[in-house]
Amino acid sequence: MLKIVACIKQVPATTNVRIDPETNALIRDGVESQVNPFDENAIEAALQVKEALGGDAYVVALSMGPPQAETILRDAVALGCDDAILLTDAKFRGSDTLATSYTLARAIRKIGDVDLILCGKQAIDGDTAQVGPGIAEHLGIPQITFAIELSVDGKQVTARRMLEDSFEIVECRVPALVTVVKQINEPRRASMKNVLKARHHEIRKWSAADVEAEDDRIGFEGSPTVVWQIFTPPKREGGRVLEGTVEEMVSELAGEILEIRKSLASS
Amino acid sequence: MDFEFNEDQQAVLDAVRELCDEELRPKAEETDASGEFPWENIQKLAELDLCGIPVPEEYGGLGMDFLTWAAVGMELSRACTTTGAVFGAHMLAQYPIMLFGTEEQKRKYLVPLSTGEKIGAFGLTEPNAGSDAGNVRTSAVRVGDEYVLNGTKIFITNAGEAETYIVIGNMQPDRGARGMTAFIFEKGFEGFTIGKNEKKMAFPSLPNRELIFQDARTPAENVLGGEKRGFRVAMQTLDVGRIGMGIGAVGVAQAAYEHALAYSKQRVQFGQTISSFQAIQFKLADMATEIECARLLCHQAAWLKDHGKPFELQAAMAKLYASEVAMRVTNQAVQVLGGYGYTKEFPVERLMREAKLFEIVEGTSEIQRLVIANHILK
Repeated sequence: MLKIVACIKQVPATTNVRIDPETNALIRDGVESQVNPFDENAIEAALQVKEALGGDAYVVALSMGPPQAETILRDAVALGCDDAILLTDAKFRGSDTLATSYTLARAIRKIGDVDLILCGKQAIDGDTAQVGPGIAEHLGIPQITFAIELSVDGKQVTARRMLEDSFEIVECRVPALVTVVKQINEPRRASMKNVLKARHHEIRKWSAADVEAEDDRIGFEGSPTVVWQIFTPPKREGGRVLEGTVEEMVSELAGEILEIRKSLASS
Repeated sequence: MDFEFNEDQQAVLDAVRELCDEELRPKAEETDASGEFPWENIQKLAELDLCGIPVPEEYGGLGMDFLTWAAVGMELSRACTTTGAVFGAHMLAQYPIMLFGTEEQKRKYLVPLSTGEKIGAFGLTEPNAGSDAGNVRTSAVRVGDEYVLNGTKIFITNAGEAETYIVIGNMQPDRGARGMTAFIFEKGFEGFTIGKNEKKMAFPSLPNRELIFQDARTPAENVLGGEKRGFRVAMQTLDVGRIGMGIGAVGVAQAAYEHALAYSKQRVQFGQTISSFQAIQFKLADMATEIECARLLCHQAAWLKDHGKPFELQAAMAKLYASEVAMRVTNQAVQVLGGYGYTKEFPVERLMREAKLFEIVEGTSEIQRLVIANHILK
């Protein structure tokens, strides 16, 4: 039986994320939350792998976050995940992507014998796309990012990666970690029978001690990332269309390029 | 007294709202204009276990209550009136089987209706048996181990698309209600055909067709509730059907009110949004209040039903009041939108045409008042 872990994150239910100007951290109070949309694709991918194997798989949804994150795990169970675990501990507060991926990797080790780990390509709040790859590094297993297609055949994982200008087909053996893009599937809706059943499912809660995480590798202490400033990048100005004969345009363009080179050299 | 949904009910409602917001409402105009039965939406309801909310789990349902069914129906109707109407009419086929069906009938017919594998319809109305429901003329005769029916039903919702039909025939047409008998027919039974679709004032995608019986045969075991018990089957079915019409009307009213509210906050006249004028504010206040009353009446009728208490009076009140509220609210919504409200650019004129349906079907307002008067004067 294939053991799959789908890593999911609770994020603010708004694309208009507000930042605390003092701490440069996301403001989470008073904002409704939801599961990170790409993680819904990760859950769906896990369930589809299970279905493709005729049900011969066990899917665990895993999240790290405050106790309220239990909601998204319950939803994951309603969608068809067999089990759900929430990593929750005051000690996890302030974790950056390094500490988070370390903590999740510890939990995956504790779950044991995990063949496939699925993550969304990134979270819509932090947008780093670092946690999935980080988990794979902590576990020392292969990773395939930005998968738009995924299949598992025995011990072999095959994924089609969606890159900016091309596709890449990559194979590796389990255990492996795959991050998925939105286009990989259309997440299903939970049936009401499953929604009602999931309400009584026990969401297991693990602390730092439960996953034997080292104190200096989690939370603020385990997070070397310092956010100095967060700002909205200036809007790109429109390009300039050169006019005139070819000779005129080429000479104007060449002049511009030389100007830019000069200013770069002097700065 | 508890006016809160419990956690199970709330979980179902949250999921239904999400479905409505993301899938039903965005294409409600398209669904209406298509003239096609909303199979795609019904398929989604089936996938989400919403086709048999109050039906016990052993018969393919969700095993919840009529209050949840009512609350879900309001949400569906609010998002897509056509889908809401199909949902309501479907129950008219399920409920009499729940109530009067034999174990075998429940297994054979209720299960596929509750899982949404099949859609149901209920046929009582005839050209001369509308408000005078006891005057059913479709004859039914037992021949060997079959019943043979002859006659025509009209205005039957879901007809043609439905696979399972509850049909009220009459074994002694000269004795009126006392000969009426309910039967289960399947689409395609010998002698049973579907007639023309009515062109209506609204709801072009909701089929209302004739059922034609020409020596139409159904097996003897498909008699529902016993011979000559059909009037009782029909009346008890309509008690729940009235709640169903009430919730449909609340959904229509709610949709119109929300359009009017949103428009009033955007439309600027005399240099300010029209929502700042008391003339508009009072309309909105009346709409909101009346909708709330109508909703609570529907909830109360469903709650009484769920608690095994008499609910016929409240069901009639809910149907009467909600349908008249829908008419008033949609009328006022068109008024708030003014000239734009009268155009087909905005949905309120459609909602106003749709609202009229609810004052007529499954017992006109006048019949509801009779039912209510009979209760309070007896």
